[in-house]
Amino acid sequence: MAGKDLRIELRSRVATNQVGPFALLVLILFAFALDPDRGVLGQAAAGLFWVAVLFCALLAIQRSFAVESTDGARDNLRLSGLDPAGIFLGKAAAVAAELAALEVILGTGVVVLYNRSLHGPVLLVVTCVLATIGLAAAGTLYGALAAGLRVRETLLPLLLLPVVAPVLLAATRASEAALGTGSGDGWAWVRLLGVFAVIYVAFGVVAFGPLLEESS
Amino acid sequence: MDSVVVHLHAAVSLLGRFPALAGVDLDVAAGEVVLMQGPNGAGKTTLLRMCAGLVPVVDGEASVLGHDLRRDRRSVRRHVALLGHATGLYDDLTVADNLRFVARATRTASPVSVDDALSRLGLAGRLASVQAFRLSAGQRRRVAVAALLLRSADLWLLDEPHAGLDADGRERLDQLVADAAGAGTTVLVASHELDRARALASRVVTMAGGQVRANTPAGVVGVA
Repeated sequence: MAGKDLRIELRSRVATNQVGPFALLVLILFAFALDPDRGVLGQAAAGLFWVAVLFCALLAIQRSFAVESTDGARDNLRLSGLDPAGIFLGKAAAVAAELAALEVILGTGVVVLYNRSLHGPVLLVVTCVLATIGLAAAGTLYGALAAGLRVRETLLPLLLLPVVAPVLLAATRASEAALGTGSGDGWAWVRLLGVFAVIYVAFGVVAFGPLLEESS
Repeated sequence: MDSVVVHLHAAVSLLGRFPALAGVDLDVAAGEVVLMQGPNGAGKTTLLRMCAGLVPVVDGEASVLGHDLRRDRRSVRRHVALLGHATGLYDDLTVADNLRFVARATRTASPVSVDDALSRLGLAGRLASVQAFRLSAGQRRRVAVAALLLRSADLWLLDEPHAGLDADGRERLDQLVADAAGAGTTVLVASHELDRARALASRVVTMAGGQVRANTPAGVVGVA
């Protein structure tokens, strides 16, 4: 499932030609907006990074379910006999892989555009891994929920953003510690991210099957 | 009836609040090829989708290949192959990649390989590496038919299978249906191309208003 989704993205080049440039554009626009005060830009770098990741996650999730909506692919998926939990994990893994690649691009952008340096690389990597898992799992679950609705494009952000707000908060605080702009204990936030990741993955494994049926 | 593959008795299925199937009675034995005819909205497509476990049965009895659709409609899906109006293809994958995904996802020990399926539908060679969005409607239909072969199913559910196919594609499809039936596969075909489909069928079921109105041997013209 993950291989199929990633192959589709490689062939369509939507992630590389559209989502990646969009992510960099968001970073640049933030830089334009806050440029008069580079101190604020530096202080806000972690939050701006994760907001940009969140925007990209919305695009990646919508794309992940859009490919299943064309020409009856969703019915074929249901007929395949694949375990719904496996479908969920596969789709979430593909979204996570795309987000991880985007985070590398965005991270490079933050270092270059916002003039930040790394104080805790291990902390940042662990934060990114756990936050990405949480975003991908929650996104895949709510993507399935919205996929069967006519207004899915506009409904998904409304459903998903409140749910992943805790991930955004914890990832921002942990990243601030990793970038040396925050004063708190970054690892405490990482533990919270771990809890969110486990909850979202577990909930997705259980709930994805019924959602796939009900939203078809 | 020996080895009943499809058993429906007063089966009811809803599309929203509308009863698309309003008490269907139908028994189909193993190896039969049954043509379903009837006007648009008669319930043919819903009946096929119900037999595939895609739409719920809300009342009556319904079992397919021994699986009770009212209790667990998901378990039958692995054993059936549905060719619906849509092709189910991923536009950005190549023809071969689409079929490989079907073969891996179904995880059935089909005697037909992806290369065999491509070859039997005239898709081998350059077409196999073409992305699906570049195919014509008829070529997409051929790929969908090729996917049927990879599922190694005991029941084929074909909804307007000839639609979009050229003469060669129709001949190939008819041969595949005849071969499958000869090998013991049960086939339900919903079609408006009655002459063509009747030649394949052993029985003709006429539907109207979500019910079976006539059930006759293929040699006898059914009530429309």
